[in-house]
Amino acid sequence: MSYLDISHLEKSFGANHVVKDFSLPIEKGEFVSLLGPSGCGKTTVLRMVAGFETPDAGAIRLEGRDLVPLRPNHRNIGMVFQAYALFPNLTVAQNVGFGLKIAGVEAAEARTRVQEMLDLIGLPELGARYPFQLSGGQQQRVALARALAPRPRVLLLDEPLSALDAKVRVRLRGEIREIQQRLGITTIFVTHDQEEALSISDRVVVMNAGIADQVGTPFEIYNRPATPFVAGFVGTLTPFEATVLDPDLGTVQSGGMTMNLGRPLAAQQGATVPIALRPEAVHLGRASGREIVLPATAHSVEFMGSVIRVRAEAAGQSFLLDTFNRPDTPPPQPGEPVEISFSGRDVIVIGG
Amino acid sequence: MKALAWTAIVLGMLYFILPLLGMAEFSLSMRRGVYSLDAYASVLSDPQFQRTFGFSVAMAVFTIVFGVLLVVPTAYWVRLRLPWIRPYIEFITLLPLVIPAIVIVFGYIRLYNTSSWLPLTGTPMGTNVLLMFGYATLALPYMYRAVDTGLRTIDIGTLTEAAQSLGAGWGTILFRAILPNVLVAVLSGAFLTFAIVIGEFTMAALLDRPAFGPYMQSLGANRAYEPAALAVIAFAITWACMGLIQLVTRLQKHTRAHA
Repeated sequence: MSYLDISHLEKSFGANHVVKDFSLPIEKGEFVSLLGPSGCGKTTVLRMVAGFETPDAGAIRLEGRDLVPLRPNHRNIGMVFQAYALFPNLTVAQNVGFGLKIAGVEAAEARTRVQEMLDLIGLPELGARYPFQLSGGQQQRVALARALAPRPRVLLLDEPLSALDAKVRVRLRGEIREIQQRLGITTIFVTHDQEEALSISDRVVVMNAGIADQVGTPFEIYNRPATPFVAGFVGTLTPFEATVLDPDLGTVQSGGMTMNLGRPLAAQQGATVPIALRPEAVHLGRASGREIVLPATAHSVEFMGSVIRVRAEAAGQSFLLDTFNRPDTPPPQPGEPVEISFSGRDVIVIGG
Repeated sequence: MKALAWTAIVLGMLYFILPLLGMAEFSLSMRRGVYSLDAYASVLSDPQFQRTFGFSVAMAVFTIVFGVLLVVPTAYWVRLRLPWIRPYIEFITLLPLVIPAIVIVFGYIRLYNTSSWLPLTGTPMGTNVLLMFGYATLALPYMYRAVDTGLRTIDIGTLTEAAQSLGAGWGTILFRAILPNVLVAVLSGAFLTFAIVIGEFTMAALLDRPAFGPYMQSLGANRAYEPAALAVIAFAITWACMGLIQLVTRLQKHTRAHA
């Protein structure tokens, strides 16, 4: 049995069925992200683990013990909120020590632990400040230290980075991952930001309308999306439909192109399968190893800094492609004829 | 247009300030021909003044404690878990403004007289308790609004959950996480309660308690200069209360950023 075992959770608010038969075993020390659009039920799952919502059915077991009958303050689960939720009347040190005081930890020991936590989050000097004297990023670090101070068995992070600006968000997510790995604490992270989820998780759960559509490593989720929803939600891609020519050889046909995927397909001959290409799989111009070359017309060009995203029309189909920025090679102009190339092996078969 | 506004302000201020100045001037005129503090000395040295004022201050303190214990958890719980009930609670807390104190006190006397099932008026202590409940009722609209407004300024839902996830029970949440953050609001409610209790006449008189309100009334009926001095003292107390609210707001370290 896993360390934290969430099985067959159900939750409705009135007529709105928000979590449907959600199961997820989590190993000790694992960092799992719940990823999905707003209203997909990810926060509700997290709140059920924390004890702020009661499931209509199902069980949440931590080291074999059912948490559902326990009140939130008896679960020993730490939580970090999107809105920081620091106590405005307490200093940073008092905030971090709040849980220790409640647990009846001796004052001297609590002081040491608070300092240890402040060192951990890189704010050793700020113990005497009040929350309003800190930046958003600092406040969220303090909230993390506060959640970790009483040595919780599980850490829950409810969109902790959403209220921060882009640079702080990227830096803090790295710090969160580092602290999580250093302490080896089992963590569930809720986010609607796919980049965040993919970059720091051991496993990602993509949720859609209350259901876990796919559970897997970031690599699996990105490269082998199990459903059209996952394919569309995680990353950007160009979807097609293709007809299977030979399932054993893995050849399909789409819009007059015949592609060899280099792997057998589960579908029958003649069946229609959804396939897709990631922008980074399509190359501007010819390249070795990319056997399919199509004449195309550049449609729109989006300069994003290190990467340039081009939308090109080819074979009656719109392709997205990413190319690295090179100062000596300006991107194509809209309307310019170009060639694009890709390999059949890079084609994603959705759900296959 | 600007001149018109200034005229309105000056007229308004004169309307409020002139009677106060007149009263203050009169309170200083006890000795013929010169200004003196005789009226104040007379009032302050009156043992009756000290007794009734002491009684009313004690009643105010008990009323505040009772009011805080009643209103803070109620307003908190309504905001946290029963938001749909808020309009009803607001309506109930407004009732004391539309039901005259005399109606309430007659209701009390009828309900809690010596031949009733709970004869509170049978003993001085019982009557004091009844009077305190009455004061708490009169102060309810102010206390509830003050606390409710204070609660609106903090995210009580998330703070409650944060405290819960750190192991806090309801008592700790209320007294360590919520109350300190609405302290200014609670204190302004408390000072308003204080001002109401100090000046209240109807309830104290009809329940026959030795409070400050009935004393002011009897002094007003029997003396010339002392009532004016007493009124100035009463104003000073009220203004001191308002000043204290400001002071407490300033001194709160964690809200200095918002001030």
